[in-house]
Amino acid sequence: MQHHLILRVITKLLVGMIILFAFYVQFHGDFSPGGGFQAGVIMAVAFILYGLVFGLEKVQGVFPPWIVHKLVALGVLLYAGVGVLNMLLGYEFLHYGSLDPHHMSHGQHTGIIWIEAGVGITVTGVMIAIYYAFAGRPPRLGDDDW
Amino acid sequence: MTLEFFLGHVNYWLFIILMMTGFYIVVSRGNYVKKIVGLNIFQVAVFMLYISIGKVTGGTAPIFPTDSQGKIKVDPDIVYSNPLPHVLILTAIVVGIATTSLGLALIVRIREEYNSIEEDDILEIEAAMAHAENEEHGSAMGGRA
Amino acid sequence: MATATEVHHTALTLTDHLPILQILIPFCTAPLIVFFGSRSLAWPMAFISSLLSLIIATTLLVSVSDGSYISYHLGGWAPPVGIEYRVDAANAFVLFLIAATATVVMPFALKSVAHEIPKRNHTLFYACFMLCITGLMGVVITGDAFNVFVFLEISSLSTYVLVSQGSHRDKRALTAAYDYLIMGTIGATFFVIGIGFLYMTTGTLNMADMADRLQGQGDNRTVQAAFAFIVVGMGLKVAMYPLHLWLPAAYNYAPSAVTTFLAATATKAAIYVIIRFMFTVFQPDFVFDTHILIWIIGPLALLAMFAASLIAIFQTNFKRMLAYSSIAQIGYMMLGVAMFSTTGLTATMVHLFNHGITKAVLFMGVGALMLRAGTTFYDRIAGMGRVMPLTGAAIVIGGLSLIGVPGTAGFISKWVLVQAAFEQDLWWLALIIVASSLLAVIYVWRVVEALYLQEPHPDAIHKEAPMLMVAPMWVAAIACLYFGLDTRFILDAAATAAEGLMAGSAGMAEISTAAAAAATDH
Repeated sequence: MQHHLILRVITKLLVGMIILFAFYVQFHGDFSPGGGFQAGVIMAVAFILYGLVFGLEKVQGVFPPWIVHKLVALGVLLYAGVGVLNMLLGYEFLHYGSLDPHHMSHGQHTGIIWIEAGVGITVTGVMIAIYYAFAGRPPRLGDDDW
Repeated sequence: MTLEFFLGHVNYWLFIILMMTGFYIVVSRGNYVKKIVGLNIFQVAVFMLYISIGKVTGGTAPIFPTDSQGKIKVDPDIVYSNPLPHVLILTAIVVGIATTSLGLALIVRIREEYNSIEEDDILEIEAAMAHAENEEHGSAMGGRA
Repeated sequence: MATATEVHHTALTLTDHLPILQILIPFCTAPLIVFFGSRSLAWPMAFISSLLSLIIATTLLVSVSDGSYISYHLGGWAPPVGIEYRVDAANAFVLFLIAATATVVMPFALKSVAHEIPKRNHTLFYACFMLCITGLMGVVITGDAFNVFVFLEISSLSTYVLVSQGSHRDKRALTAAYDYLIMGTIGATFFVIGIGFLYMTTGTLNMADMADRLQGQGDNRTVQAAFAFIVVGMGLKVAMYPLHLWLPAAYNYAPSAVTTFLAATATKAAIYVIIRFMFTVFQPDFVFDTHILIWIIGPLALLAMFAASLIAIFQTNFKRMLAYSSIAQIGYMMLGVAMFSTTGLTATMVHLFNHGITKAVLFMGVGALMLRAGTTFYDRIAGMGRVMPLTGAAIVIGGLSLIGVPGTAGFISKWVLVQAAFEQDLWWLALIIVASSLLAVIYVWRVVEALYLQEPHPDAIHKEAPMLMVAPMWVAAIACLYFGLDTRFILDAAATAAEGLMAGSAGMAEISTAAAAAATDH
């Protein structure tokens, strides 16, 4: 536990800020460059950093792989769900305007927030899933074999 | 070929150099990881081509300015860059990430099965397998055709 | 722009949504399968979803069979600004093929997958399968050039995963998938470069709009480069003769259900894209002026017909033989394109369909043999026709159709192809087509000989394949016979498609006015 003390402390400080920044990028995507893709990657970075410093088991304790898999699917379903909702309202798939037919622009606004949320969830999930998949493979060579 | 022609198409020259570098790596290297790296360079070249064609001289970020009430104020004097290629490339980047991670995942599995990620070694092992199959299943014809 | 309000809006009905539902149903099934994560639910969901796709595809095919088209605007943005799904006779036909194959393969997959793939991968396998269907259908249905690339990659990425699942039987599936990934990505990237050049020239991504703006641009170097990139890029996906190197290994080592589905649909969707770009986006005149058909595609198609067939003859493995035969059959389809006539294109479209069902029968036969004999080398499947009479008979029907014996589906497509050759007084070409069919006789005969004229191998399980495998095989086999005897449906659909394609952009165009009129009709 005494190894890499600085790394551990700094990581603990950073993880929270990274997550906060991810939310900022996610929700400020309306007014400035940003959105689900970028926010999702930043969010995943927080967990990957935690995993790199504290080990895979620790991070999987926080974020178990089965939840990651569900999140990947959930994001896509949220995205498609918005589209299906538009269809049920009698408009085309992903016609966000239908969410508020009297003020199409408001509807667009609501729609895109949900869509970006879906994208963000899926990208977070996918990035963490990729990290888990690679990190979870037992190495063929031990640290001493190099 | 004048200097002006060369400078005027500088983005295309860079695209061609980068693209051919990547393509050459994919074709010439026997190491599977290096091939993936080459593939990445190859794809990035295309991303750069797309992004460069979205540039409009003097253009700014394509966001309409709004007034205090949040109404969009269209100003015909402002020149905007073309955002469409950027959006397309966002998609292509995602595709590129998916391809890279899938390729690397396959390499991990290949390494577990073959104990090598060098094309020469793997081809040798596969040739031996094909030879053994031919021995076992009789016919001398064919094999790895 | 964003504030544009539609005051009068008539609610869209289910029928209006069919084009998007075609994509949406398999697309949503994939995450649902992952979300529930239940092994017992995965297959039923996948099956129901492919069945629904088939119903939609059939409805679409019927409604565009008169030569009209359906245009669906995603997000309510009218083309050329928005993404458009456009269904006409040509792609409804391919959609139908994909949906039908998926529905037939699904019951077969249940047993085959259980046998060939470890249990823990089943849910993700079916999710990938659904994504693959989504991608292939999306490639075909979309009217937006960049959208083609996106769907192409969805289908390709899931295909690589599906192929690699064969690694539990033979580790070479991994390298096959890897090679396919490298070549497929290069192909897709070439394609996207081509799209980029077209976008530089026209400033649009809508295919019909692009076609209009490309008119008279035949001398434009950028357009010519774009054409070259697109043909080579898609050629890799099609496995057009010299670009076919990924195909034999990928088909051979992939799980049987995957091979069946891919052989029947994946290359077909790619051929459709090539045809669509050649004839609709670039216009027949442009393609004709480049001489590519006569000097490149035509000769390569002929080469494929002979070279690949010859290689197929010398194979010792049934599955690998069929892979090479697929390359040869793709040669026939490209030959139809190269003839540059309505009859030639009709032959391509008919062969697309007929070869799809023929290969479905044969690869399902391979899957059944794999289950009982363990492998498909000729000496191991020897005599299996006697102990598995139903499977053996289906394979014989498929084989006859592959040769093109009268009374089977394969005959019809070759007949139309020969007709197209005679139309242009190319009697030597007709002779070549017949000659290459004779090569098919040899490689099919080797299988029949192994299946019936030898003693069964003692290691094999001497039992008929389970009903769930035999039934879909026979559905496809009966389709082979039915479409060989009753040719009206298939020939009409293919001819309508070919006429639409040969008309160039006129077959797809009337973009702004007609689309607007259609929109108000709703």
